[in-house]
Amino acid sequence: MSPSGGESTAKGLEPLLATKEIVVFCGSGGVGKTSVAAAAALTAATRLGGKVLVLTIDPARRLASALGLEGFGNLEKQVPPEALKEAGLEPRGELWAAMLDTKRSWDDLVLRHAPDEETAYRILENRLYTNITGRFVQSHDYIAMERLFDLHATGAYDLIVIDTPPTRNALDFLDAPKRMAEFFGGRLLRWLTMPYRVGGKRGARVLNVASRPFYQLADRILGSEFLQDIGEFFVNFQSMYDGFAERARAVEALLHDRRTTFGVVTTLEGSPLREAEFFCEQLIDRKYHLGALVLNKTLPDYLLSADGARAADVLVAEAGPVAEALAAGLPDAAELSDTARTARVLGTVGDSFRNFAVVAKREAELKGELARQPEVVANVPNFEIDIYDIAGLARIGEHLFA
Amino acid sequence: MAEPDLLGRRLLFFTGKGGVGKSTVTAATALLAAERGKRVLVVEVDAKGNLTEQFEQGAVGFQPREVYPGVFAMVMRTEDSLKEYLKLNLRVPVLGRLGPLARVLDFVATAAPGVKEILTVGKVCWEVRESIEGRADWDLVVVDAAATGHIIGQLDAPRAIQELVAVGTVRTQTDWMVELLSDPALTALNIVATPEEMPVNETIELVERARAELQVPLGAVFVNRVLPELFTRSDEKTFEALRRPESGAVLTERAGPGATTVLEAARLAVSLRRTRATHLTRLRETVDLPMVYLPYLFVRDAGLRVTRMVAEAMAQELGL
Repeated sequence: MSPSGGESTAKGLEPLLATKEIVVFCGSGGVGKTSVAAAAALTAATRLGGKVLVLTIDPARRLASALGLEGFGNLEKQVPPEALKEAGLEPRGELWAAMLDTKRSWDDLVLRHAPDEETAYRILENRLYTNITGRFVQSHDYIAMERLFDLHATGAYDLIVIDTPPTRNALDFLDAPKRMAEFFGGRLLRWLTMPYRVGGKRGARVLNVASRPFYQLADRILGSEFLQDIGEFFVNFQSMYDGFAERARAVEALLHDRRTTFGVVTTLEGSPLREAEFFCEQLIDRKYHLGALVLNKTLPDYLLSADGARAADVLVAEAGPVAEALAAGLPDAAELSDTARTARVLGTVGDSFRNFAVVAKREAELKGELARQPEVVANVPNFEIDIYDIAGLARIGEHLFA
Repeated sequence: MAEPDLLGRRLLFFTGKGGVGKSTVTAATALLAAERGKRVLVVEVDAKGNLTEQFEQGAVGFQPREVYPGVFAMVMRTEDSLKEYLKLNLRVPVLGRLGPLARVLDFVATAAPGVKEILTVGKVCWEVRESIEGRADWDLVVVDAAATGHIIGQLDAPRAIQELVAVGTVRTQTDWMVELLSDPALTALNIVATPEEMPVNETIELVERARAELQVPLGAVFVNRVLPELFTRSDEKTFEALRRPESGAVLTERAGPGATTVLEAARLAVSLRRTRATHLTRLRETVDLPMVYLPYLFVRDAGLRVTRMVAEAMAQELGL
């Protein structure tokens, strides 16, 4: 399949991947962020060299195993150079891959920020903690950014490419560090923990007029036992506040840093595209660096061809006569001797072209309406087969760099 | 064939990987139920505003508005849900007078872990219970719920809270929620997928996890955007013969220079269909839930027309 059009506007991601240290791919669910991120990292490692890491959140199993990411765990692994060579690539650099293990990352975070080991283990064993980190997936958002920061801080990689977690709202993860800091510094947490800080600096008797109704209410809703659980948990958790808040600010600063850029991935379907446009606007408004827009899984341009449309019309309208002509012209072709069958196939072929042309036209129209922001727009065609190996990723990479 | 009376239940959740058409299928289900005479509340949880577009209607808020005869839509807003909850359950007179509490409301509703989930599921369950007990009149509540990665956390929230909270108002309330959510006569969790690798993987994983971790009964898998099979096996031989250069010459003579392009497009269609078929087979062999197949629609854009087409296909599949 030849790459579909848009070459005139597509500049390719190469300059970005060559100059930035972090590339964050985002977009609504199902648009192919993970493959695009992996392909970008692979192509950067093979063509530009250096040590490139792809941090992926939830890869398809076959893609994960292609990258050597079997099982779970937080460790980065190098994709064996032999695997790249087998796919016909001559890597100039190294490709590394890592998956995100949310629970493990949270545990690491607690171990790092807790004032002492005892507090750390009290937190890790708390029922509420297990619930928060295991069950409630919002914790994904923050931890992904936290881990990105961590990996970047090691200085081990020239480039880190990350695909963002499947959030309800593609923007959630941007706010995650700030929300976490607010959460830990928040008044709510202070109130919740107040009755349990007995003997603390301020003592337990400071239940003031402002917070008393809150307690009465919270008590009625949740029951005092649970409140106590929460309180104890947060007293421990709050001991990590300083380290945590500082960290969250640092994570946010890194995302705003000029070394970081964002790539928005979308398909040419109405709703993902609208979301992508909204996302581009938001990134610009919030002063993040918007580096590229990747149009993924686009249909080939030949579906828009006028000749094709005319031929499809003829095949549908004159299926019978054309079938006769084929049988007459190619008497040796046994498969074409049954003219009724040939006519049916010709009709189907013509119909199918018309069907796909409708979708291709819709895509072209949406592409035309796209605001030209950012300037870099890459086009990745809808491959007929699933991309699940290094060679497939390299094919996507070619289109990203084109 | 799906469960005989999917629409006979009171509460239907729809989940699925992002991009598979979850909102469209949810909207089509609501439309179909409404056309069969039911009064339907359709709830959008993610508040992306996709859902009302399926009815070609502007955005709705927390208060349900009729977007199609018999279909009322609302968007879940956890802050509103919390306010409503406090007002109804605790008879808290004026929120403003609680002072600082009002200020933390937004925070509680958006940032505190688990709160968002329980407020969402709680509101939905409440609408169903009110209807069952005759204080509201929804025959069916259809929820465009969280995506596959989040749905367990969302639907399990009442039980999670039950585990954590031993007494108090919340405990009593999660009790009836859990009961309602686990009643197969009333509730079903449906999964929307497309015949592609990741949506199928996620469906398989979700079914396993839901059976192990959730008490919410599973309904059907809605397989969306199934590409048509162009040729039978012997037709395909004819198609291959048409793609030979000598056939191409005849075709170009009769149909013009675009003839080979048209053949190439058909080859693409066959190839796309074939790749998807393997995923479909894997889905069918692994998941023992009823499957409802919905065709890929070659249309210009989403909207009410598409919702109607999907609803029609669904009606046929469900034998309605």
